[in-house]
Amino acid sequence: MIEESRQKFDIRNNLRTELFPHFMCPGCGHGIALRALLWAVHELEISKDQLAIVSGIGCSGRTGAYIDATTIHTTHGRPLAYATGLKLARPDLEVIVITGDGDCLAIGGNHLIHACRRNLNLTCLMLNNETYGMTGGQVSPTTRNERFTTTTPLGNYEPVFDACALASGAGASMVGREITMHVTALKDLIKEGISHQGFTFLEILSDCTEIYGRKNELGESAEMVLSQKAEYRSDSYGNQVEEPFQPRNIGTGVLTKNDRTEYMEACRLHNQSKQSGTANS
Amino acid sequence: MNMANSHENKIQNLQGNHACALGAIAAGCRFFAGYPITPSSEIAERMALELPKVEGTFIQMEDEIASMGAVVGASIGGVKAMTATSGPGFSLKQENLGYAAATEVPCVIINVMRGGPSTGMPTRPAQGDIMQARWGTHGDHPIIVLTPCSVREIYELTIHAFNLSESLRVPVLVLIDEVIGHLIETIDLSLTGTQALAERRWASGPPKDFKPYAMTEDGIPPMPRPGDGYRTHTTGLHHSESGFPTQNPAEVERFIKRILGKLELHRERIENFETLECEDAECLVVAYGITARAAKRAVKQARAEGIKAGLFRPVTLWPFPEEAFRALAAGAASVLVPEMNTGQLILEIERHCPDATRVVPLNRFDGEPIAPVQILKKIKEQVSHD
Repeated sequence: MIEESRQKFDIRNNLRTELFPHFMCPGCGHGIALRALLWAVHELEISKDQLAIVSGIGCSGRTGAYIDATTIHTTHGRPLAYATGLKLARPDLEVIVITGDGDCLAIGGNHLIHACRRNLNLTCLMLNNETYGMTGGQVSPTTRNERFTTTTPLGNYEPVFDACALASGAGASMVGREITMHVTALKDLIKEGISHQGFTFLEILSDCTEIYGRKNELGESAEMVLSQKAEYRSDSYGNQVEEPFQPRNIGTGVLTKNDRTEYMEACRLHNQSKQSGTANS
Repeated sequence: MNMANSHENKIQNLQGNHACALGAIAAGCRFFAGYPITPSSEIAERMALELPKVEGTFIQMEDEIASMGAVVGASIGGVKAMTATSGPGFSLKQENLGYAAATEVPCVIINVMRGGPSTGMPTRPAQGDIMQARWGTHGDHPIIVLTPCSVREIYELTIHAFNLSESLRVPVLVLIDEVIGHLIETIDLSLTGTQALAERRWASGPPKDFKPYAMTEDGIPPMPRPGDGYRTHTTGLHHSESGFPTQNPAEVERFIKRILGKLELHRERIENFETLECEDAECLVVAYGITARAAKRAVKQARAEGIKAGLFRPVTLWPFPEEAFRALAAGAASVLVPEMNTGQLILEIERHCPDATRVVPLNRFDGEPIAPVQILKKIKEQVSHD
C-alpha cells in the first residue's frame, strides 16, 4: 500500500478507464475537480477499498462512476442522506459525496443544511457550474442575475444562493471554496477537508462551457476559468457574509473551520456520560 | 444457526408498534432511520430505546425522503436496516424505495396505514395503501408486501420481512392497520418468532471477474460488501451485469426480467395465507389485517347458523397468492371482499375469479373498522341470493 502511494500520482491508477470515453463535454471543469479529488486521495494514502463515493443526479453525479472505489450513484438530491446512512453503518469507510448546485442546493437543500448541523464526518464536494447541465441548461439556485438559461429565456431575475455562507450558517465545521484553475490549491483544500473531523462542505466552481457558457457567450473554457479567477479572491471571509446573495468577489480557500464535536464522537461522549451518571447534574 | 428470538422468555403486554420494533431487533436490524408521523411514531421511539442496547444506530432524519435514503445507504454498508412511516410519509419514501428495488438493496419498510388521501385522518384506521404499496414507485419493480392481523403476527412478520428482504435482495413492506399498531395484546415472546434468521449472501471469490448483477440461477446475485475488495458501482440507472449503466435493449430487458422474475422463482417461499372453513364454502370472504379478524368472527357465526361461509386471508398481499386463491374460489358461488377503502384488493380478486363467480365489495372508508356484524349481514345476503 505504502509503495503504491509513494508512486508519482497517475490519475489512471484511480480511474475505471475501461469506462472511457467519459461523458463530460469538452471544456467541462468537472474533470479537473475529479483529478484534484483523486490527487488528494492519493496523497492521503486512502486505499481504494476504504473509499466510498456517493453522488446524486446530474453531471456531477455521473463523475463518481469513473473512480475505482465503491461508488454509489443515488437519487436526485439525496446523496447526503445515503452517505449519512452509509457512514453511520460503516464508520471505517472514507465517505465522500459528489453533488452539484441543483442536486445539493435545490432538490437536496434540506439534506444539506441538516448534514451541516449534524456535523457527521463526511466530505461534500459541490461542483457548481451554475446550471442543470445534464437536462439541457435550466436555471439553478446559483445561476447569476441576467444570465440566460432554457428556463430564463429573458435572463435570470432570481437571487442566488451563496452555498458556502449557507453551509457555514447551518453549522458545517469546515467550509471552503476553490476554482478549477487553482488545481493544486483545490487538491490541498480537498485534502484538508477529508482530514477534517466533522462535516466538510467544499464548493468547487466549475464551468459548463458547452451549454451555459455558449448560451451566455462566456467564451471558451479558458476564458470562463479566467473570468472566475478575476472574480474570486483568495482571502477568507470567515463567518461573516456582508452580501449573501452577491456571488461576486467571494473568497476562496478555507472559509470556516472550527473544532465542533463530530456527530459520532458527540454520540459516544454523550452515551458515556449517561452511563457514568455525570450528565444532567 | 442464529435464531430470531433472543429476548428474555416472558409474557408481555405489547402494543403492536412496539412488537414491530422488538421483532426488528430480534431479526438483527441494527439501523433505523425515521421521521415522526402518526400512527407509526411508537416504532421509531422504541427503536431509539432498543438499538443502543445492541450497538445499533438510530437516527431521526430531516424528512421521510432522507430516512429512506439513509436506510438504503446503511444497507449498502452491510447492516440490516429499517424505517417506519404512515400514509403521507409512505408517499415520500417511494423515490428511494424504487432505488432499493432497482439496485436490489435489502430493506424493510413499515407502513402503519391511516386515512387518506393527503393528511386524511392521522389517528384513524384505513386500508387505503394497498395499491400504493404495490405500485407506489414508478416503473415495473419487484416488491413484497406483508399484512399482519395481530400483535403477535406483527412481531413474527417483521422478522419474516427481514428474512425475505435479506435473502431475496428485495424491499419488503409490512402494512399494519392503525388499529393493530395501537392494539395492546399479550404475547409470549418465548413462543413466537423462533424462526431461523436468513442472512444476506455476500460476494466471495476473486474481485477481478466479479459481476455484481450476475444472472445467477436463483435470480439473486451475491452482494458485494464495501471494503471487501470488490469496488463495485451501484446506480438507479438500468445497469448491466457489471453494475454500470447500459441502454443496450437486450441487457435492459434481461435486467428487468431478472429482478421481477426472482419473485416468481421464489413464490413458494414468499406466498403466505390462512384459510378458515374454505373447503365447501359457498361464500368465500377475502380479508386482510384487522378486517380479517372481523371476518373470522363473521364466518364462525355464519357456520354456527348453518351457512357455508369461509375465509381466505392473504398474509402476503403482494405478490398475491393467486394459485391458492384460484383453487378455493373455483368452488364458491360468491366472493366477498370487505376492505377499509373504496375497493382496492377487490380488483386483484376479480382477476382471479371465474366469470360465474359473483365478486361483492364491502367497503368502509369513514375511519371506523368494519364490524363482524356487517360482514355477517353481507354473507347472509349472498347466500339468500343463490
